[in-house]
Amino acid sequence: MNIQHNIESERMSFWEKIYLPEIGRGLALTFKQMFKPSFTRQYPEEKWIPTGSYRGRPVLVLEEEGERCVACGLCSRVCPALAIEVRAGETDKVKERYPEKFEINMLRCIYCGFCEEVCPEEAIIMSKDYELVFTDPQDAILGKDKLLIPIAQLQDRLEYLRQYR
Amino acid sequence: MPQIIIDGQRIEAAPGQTIIEAALHAEKTIPHFCWHPGLSVAGNCRMCLVNVGFPKKAADGQPEMDASGNVFVQWGPKLSIACATPVADGMIVDTEGQRTEHAQHAIMEFLLINHPLDCPICDEAGQCKLQEYAFKHSNGKSRFIEQKNHKDKRVPLGPNVLFDGERCISCSRCIRFADEIAKQPALTFVQRGDHVTIQTFPGMEFDSPYSMNVIDICPVGALTSIDFRFHSRVWEMSFTNSICPGCARGCNVKLGVRDNELQRIEPRTNMHVNEYWMCDAGRLENYHFVNEERIAEPMIKGMQSDWNSAIAATADIIKAYKPSEIMIIGSSRGTNEDIHAIATFARETVNTHNIDFIDHNDPSFADEFLKLADRTPNHAGAIALGLRSNDAVTKDNLSERIAKHQIKVIIAVQEDVSAYASSVEYVIAIASNANPTTQSASIVLPASTYAEVEGTFTNADNRVQLIEPAVTTKENERHMGMKMSRWDKLGAFNDRWTQGERRNSRPTWNILSGISAACGNPMNFSRAEDVFNHIALHNQQFNGMSYALLEEYQGLKLGKASEPEAKSVVYESHVLKPQV
Repeated sequence: MNIQHNIESERMSFWEKIYLPEIGRGLALTFKQMFKPSFTRQYPEEKWIPTGSYRGRPVLVLEEEGERCVACGLCSRVCPALAIEVRAGETDKVKERYPEKFEINMLRCIYCGFCEEVCPEEAIIMSKDYELVFTDPQDAILGKDKLLIPIAQLQDRLEYLRQYR
Repeated sequence: MPQIIIDGQRIEAAPGQTIIEAALHAEKTIPHFCWHPGLSVAGNCRMCLVNVGFPKKAADGQPEMDASGNVFVQWGPKLSIACATPVADGMIVDTEGQRTEHAQHAIMEFLLINHPLDCPICDEAGQCKLQEYAFKHSNGKSRFIEQKNHKDKRVPLGPNVLFDGERCISCSRCIRFADEIAKQPALTFVQRGDHVTIQTFPGMEFDSPYSMNVIDICPVGALTSIDFRFHSRVWEMSFTNSICPGCARGCNVKLGVRDNELQRIEPRTNMHVNEYWMCDAGRLENYHFVNEERIAEPMIKGMQSDWNSAIAATADIIKAYKPSEIMIIGSSRGTNEDIHAIATFARETVNTHNIDFIDHNDPSFADEFLKLADRTPNHAGAIALGLRSNDAVTKDNLSERIAKHQIKVIIAVQEDVSAYASSVEYVIAIASNANPTTQSASIVLPASTYAEVEGTFTNADNRVQLIEPAVTTKENERHMGMKMSRWDKLGAFNDRWTQGERRNSRPTWNILSGISAACGNPMNFSRAEDVFNHIALHNQQFNGMSYALLEEYQGLKLGKASEPEAKSVVYESHVLKPQV
């Protein structure tokens, strides 16, 4: 008959078949790791702080005079996941347009950073915030109250954009 | 007929035409800012500079040829503006060559010197001519490093128009519009050189009833609508072709819809009706009632109900009375389809001649240009489809007949008949908006507005024109070819912008065919087009019409479906490009 035999148990030697030396080698490796420096982190007590190049939750830059955003709607247009909804309103300031409503649906957001790239005012940027947990889909829609972050907290990302964009 | 060659394409031009007009008729647009086919020629933006030449002729009068048989062209010493150069036989025009392109780049750089480049704030962004040409006809570079001029911003020129001097490129379209079309010469240039700006004459206000057209023709965002400002970006709206229901003129319009809400109305070119224009009242008065104070559900005796029981209750009332005791008050606000259904319902289902409609004439609204005294869009259609009968109860003798207890039931379509409500036993209201009648009516059936239905209006010139649905209701959600913006189309149930109200309204013809079926006389219409095809088949004046033909010819005149007016070249100054 045209059947080839290539069975594992036929290929293995006697010592390999009883497994004991292999178990010993495995235990030795584990034992060795115990004395090496540890790479794991005690999250959430111990947190990782990303560098400026990290693309976390998109946020709006809040300056002293108010938000930078002029509600041009380009982020909303470019967003491939339709996560952003902007509604503009009029103010008496020199920048006559402001976002009356600015909502990002974090269940839709894919962190691609297109909104940051297209923004003509550098008003929406990616933050370092990666802890996004929601218990209700409606909570995942972040409004202006959660999106506006003071510019002082966003210096790393702005510096990164200045250098590499 | 002079023959000219534009970019190698031979074009038959009419004598006296300018190059830009001849090109437009051959469906070729030469870049321009200040030229508008509806206005006089100013020639001040210089964007339409083209290279014009003639075949070089030898001493014997024959064109000179090179070895391979190509004609030698004697180009002009300078470029010419296509908007002011009349065509001449044999003229050769180059709109794409290096020389023309160089001039276009220079003009764009020049126009952008003092332009604030605040596109993120500007309402025009997305349909701006300057923005479009900056991509198409500019090298994108500026050598201007000095301080830009600052001019007045947010200056109201009139009650509806806001002017931003920094964005203005001084094309003078608005000035010419005010002088020539609105006939209110209120605007003028002041100052000189790069300080030039536009102002109203002292003590004057640009408050013409047509003032808002300058917003559409302004090639940049210098003139914006006070009413619309910042409501939506253009690319966030879908634009659906419709007809203005404000008066019997039937101006062609586009309805801008976002989040299932009518945001703005703007004119659409139809050379046979409104050309490029429409009145301010048409824009401002005809979107609130689509968005607000709507009757969203059928109601029986003031209690919310559903369609089946409301229609059954209506049919029960109709069956319980003699035909002569029922009066049907139609409305020339409805489409031809609605009116046909009302007439059929009255004559065949109820079997009565008590049918009429109320005129809405307002002589103070009329003027010599577009506005007409008749404030309903379909008066001619109502007459043509027999909504008025002279031999029975009409609205003129209605109160008298009611007094003699001859009328016991009034079915009112889109009309306020609350004056008679107390003297009859039942009022059945088919209405889209709350009014005194709907508050007291026994049964209220929510009707769709003009922005939510497919249908036709017949204007004062007997021109039948097509309207398409722009706003979604529960009834038209699956309408084929409904235009929707990216957000409206792809939004899901948990997106907040999709939470706008879907009203449970139906077109009037649909409601009446439902009642008719409940009374045992089904009309067998399932779409508005079925109703129209039925009208076209049985009504002499509509013979030969169809939705496809109405769309193709931008409307057909009653009784003249076989001889439509010539299709005109549609000039759109600047519109949002179709989304891909």
